[in-house]
Amino acid sequence: MPHIVWLVLGVLAAIKGSVSMIGYGLSAIGPGIGIGIMVGKTVEGQARQPEMAARLQTTMILGIAFTDVLALIGFVGLFIAG
Amino acid sequence: MSVLASLLTALPLSVADPRKGFGDTLEKPEEIFHSKCVIGSGTFCINRTGILLFIVFAVLAVILIATTSRPKLVPTGWQNGVEAIYDFIRRDIVLGVIGPDGERFAPYLASLFLFTFMASLIEVIPGLQFPVTSRMALPALLAIISWLIYNYAGIRAKGLWGYLKGIMFPPGVPKPLYVIVTPIEFAAALILRPFTLAIRLFANFFAGHLLLVVAFVGSSYLFLGNPATKAFFALTLIGGILGVGLEIFIAAVQAYVFALLTAAYIRLSTVEEH
Repeated sequence: MPHIVWLVLGVLAAIKGSVSMIGYGLSAIGPGIGIGIMVGKTVEGQARQPEMAARLQTTMILGIAFTDVLALIGFVGLFIAG
Repeated sequence: MSVLASLLTALPLSVADPRKGFGDTLEKPEEIFHSKCVIGSGTFCINRTGILLFIVFAVLAVILIATTSRPKLVPTGWQNGVEAIYDFIRRDIVLGVIGPDGERFAPYLASLFLFTFMASLIEVIPGLQFPVTSRMALPALLAIISWLIYNYAGIRAKGLWGYLKGIMFPPGVPKPLYVIVTPIEFAAALILRPFTLAIRLFANFFAGHLLLVVAFVGSSYLFLGNPATKAFFALTLIGGILGVGLEIFIAAVQAYVFALLTAAYIRLSTVEEH
């Protein structure tokens, strides 16, 4: 077990470049999953009830805009942390 | 297999000086977004971004004034197109999101949509090819104007205290939870909304412009730089051309989203809770 710890520490010590890039990648996971679920459900709703398609699409874009806030904050964090 | 691997590892070494052969025609990486002064210097500097901003403004003004100063009852040609865009925004965004009360915001939302769209579309117009919205100043200014407008609409509809109460104390929440909910709602409504409006537009075109720059500079380098890399330039060139189409689509979508979100924020701040 200690070997693994040393290995991980060694890898971490060897990482060069901007670690905040990893932070941006992590912050993009959640919104990615959320937007995927939302678009999928909207497509489902549009297939079930095509006459509601336009309203569902507007609501979907609003929902996407509220969801991708986290990824955008991560993007700004990338620039602030350098 | 090992031949391929050694070829791939050898490639970066053989292209160690990527700027050789381009001379001074290629921009340095730090000049892609911070372009040089064209007119003036120091604080009073007009660079490519500023000039393109004026071009967008002039083109839009000329088109809109020329098509609507002497409107005909049965529209033809350009008047038809402009009226179709305005009608789309009025029907889809204003009446669809805000409702009949939002009629007086229709001019602002239409000009917001058109200006954002043109300022982003200039990214793919040959010879100009720089999205003005990829500099933070323009999205930030547009977001501040939208922020002022939706706050003004909310205060006008409900009064200052009623507006703040609507933001900070949403109904139907158990009393103790207000300790957590109030700061979150306050920050979300007054700080995060304009912030994310601006960042969304900026980030999309910053990334998009960088994508196109890498694709086209990379493919011209692959073509001119080294005989061994000539075989690969078609791939990046096709990718870049597809990227142009993607950027046109993104310009339309982001302009639509910006106007739609401004409309949604106006509605959220003016609507009465039941």
